[in-house]
Amino acid sequence: MLKEYTEQIREVAKRLLKDKVVDCVIGYRKGTVPMLDAPYIAYTEEEADNLIWSSFCVSNLAKFLIGRKGKSAIVAQGCISRSIVNLINENQVKRENVYIIGVWSPGMVDRRKVLEKFYDKEILEVEEDGDELIVKGKDFEGKEFEERISKNEVKRDNCFTCMHRNAVIYDEFVGEKGEETGGGNIDNVAAPWEKLSFDERWEAFRETFGSCIRCYACRNVCPLCYCSVCFVDESKPQWCGKTQDEADIFTFHILRAFHCAGRCVDCGACESACPMGIKVRRLTSKLEKDVRELYGYVPGLEIGAKPPLAVYRPDDPENFITP
Amino acid sequence: MVKVLKKDQIESFLSKLKENYELYGPKKKGFEVEWAKLDGSLLFDFKNSSLSPKSFFFPQTECMMHFKNDPNDPEGMIMKPEPELDSKRILFNIRPCDAKAFSLLDKVFMKDEASLDVYWKDKRDKTILIGLGCNNPSPTCFCLSVGCGPFSEEGLDVLAVDLGDRVLFKGITERGKEIISSLDDAEESDIKNAEELKKNAESKITRKVELDNILSKEILEVYEIPLWDRIHETCLNCGACTFYCPTCHCFDIQDEVQGDYGRRVRNWDTCMSWLFTQHASGHNPRGTKKDRVRQRFMHKFKYIPFRLNGEIGCVGCGRCIVRCPVNIDVRDVVNQMNQQLK
Repeated sequence: MLKEYTEQIREVAKRLLKDKVVDCVIGYRKGTVPMLDAPYIAYTEEEADNLIWSSFCVSNLAKFLIGRKGKSAIVAQGCISRSIVNLINENQVKRENVYIIGVWSPGMVDRRKVLEKFYDKEILEVEEDGDELIVKGKDFEGKEFEERISKNEVKRDNCFTCMHRNAVIYDEFVGEKGEETGGGNIDNVAAPWEKLSFDERWEAFRETFGSCIRCYACRNVCPLCYCSVCFVDESKPQWCGKTQDEADIFTFHILRAFHCAGRCVDCGACESACPMGIKVRRLTSKLEKDVRELYGYVPGLEIGAKPPLAVYRPDDPENFITP
Repeated sequence: MVKVLKKDQIESFLSKLKENYELYGPKKKGFEVEWAKLDGSLLFDFKNSSLSPKSFFFPQTECMMHFKNDPNDPEGMIMKPEPELDSKRILFNIRPCDAKAFSLLDKVFMKDEASLDVYWKDKRDKTILIGLGCNNPSPTCFCLSVGCGPFSEEGLDVLAVDLGDRVLFKGITERGKEIISSLDDAEESDIKNAEELKKNAESKITRKVELDNILSKEILEVYEIPLWDRIHETCLNCGACTFYCPTCHCFDIQDEVQGDYGRRVRNWDTCMSWLFTQHASGHNPRGTKKDRVRQRFMHKFKYIPFRLNGEIGCVGCGRCIVRCPVNIDVRDVVNQMNQQLK
């Protein structure tokens, strides 16, 4: 199934490059390691043959549009297209400089969930077959194994609750449009700490973010994080310490999450990029839930929409300011 | 000195060592492997620890000295030394690549008396490394191409080999030999068996990287290959590769005060960050992502060999390959570098 998408993406990319509609096509390529398919920029028809579409396209390509000169084509499933809408609304990208190759997302696989399932084995190859993955490898004694698992068992958390799997804006749509939602209800699972007491919530937060090594992969993969100088990198004044003390680590995560409020499209790239497997969305999902409830706003759906935290309306809710 | 120990006697061996040493070893946590205090057993069926054990010697955050933040106090504003490590430690089942990495870092942190890093030296002096040969290297391992190997002894005090029901211990340094001196001598067959395992392990490492052109060409020639215009494109400039790397050792020193307590603290830093090279003047000698990505590969495969007699600044552990969120594979980068220098 995804093979057909791959063929069509390549075809479109080649045509756009040949006709000089765009300078490059931003898409994904196959990874050198199983399940690590990666962003790729094709400049020639030949290079377009490296483009793929798979269940492991977890990075957010919209990031690569920021600051780009000329006109670029970009492969975009629902969340990536919504990130592009955000970037257009926030004046980081011009609509006329982007050619959006819309695509449907099957819901991406969380590589860590697969690794966890086969924690005592070495995975050497993962193939896709419809709704299943064929996992091949060796156990620790060197004995080979091959096992089929359902993709649904190992899907990324955000892909379960996705409401927009098809690109929301595009210049051209590749393949058929598919099922729009992941089936899960985001309001039921967002903000998993809401029901906890203050103390329990703090404990859960510490446990979740305590292993952070401050590599900033979450920030750097995120298309919302385009500040020329991030607050953690400011030195005059220095807002945030550089150490591994909890206060420094937590300051980074809390402030970053707040900067994303009303803007995050829940693409899950932060969680996929985190080498420590931190569930970064536990913070952002709460903020997005609040924005939905308080302002009735879902980011990234409409060009020209005003982000609620960037505008003032006399009837803005304020009950969260003075409880 | 080659000794042997039955696996069912490991617990008593460890408990005896515990009288004089703090013991650490790899421990499984799901599919990840962490370093933890040993509780009596040793882990043998693991590939390598997720993070390298470099933080035993070079913690991500380390207080170097402290002071009383009070200019009116006669003792105030004067830096006081931090206490040294108050215990002796043994790291069990460290992989040979990680030990080799520390021996490389010794050449940086303990180059000579004038540039001696007392923090690194104190912990190195008080820590014995008992390595475990890799019977089953990972598909991302390429140690053989970078002057290391699955049974490399460099940097180790003892090399252990998992023989199934027993463990062979080869003493390398004097202090290593002392640790294992009470064990039984290995049989001829054990030694032969270990030799076989070594050969077998080496044959399993099929992925190679080619370095000959990189090493033989002039620095500027390597610096100017066209590869650098492409390889950085999808790099996020996060620090994952550098923080997981056992040989990356750059740091940033900060002074912090809170109330009347002040301290000087050093933290891991990363050449992937623009801030790492930002000058107070506003100038940045590595101002673009291209500069920074090039730096990481040039440092490991050209500058370090140039400065350290051909020694390569990478031990082939493969951690950066599996942790990079955008799959920038060091093996491909190095092979392409070498290819473009033909």
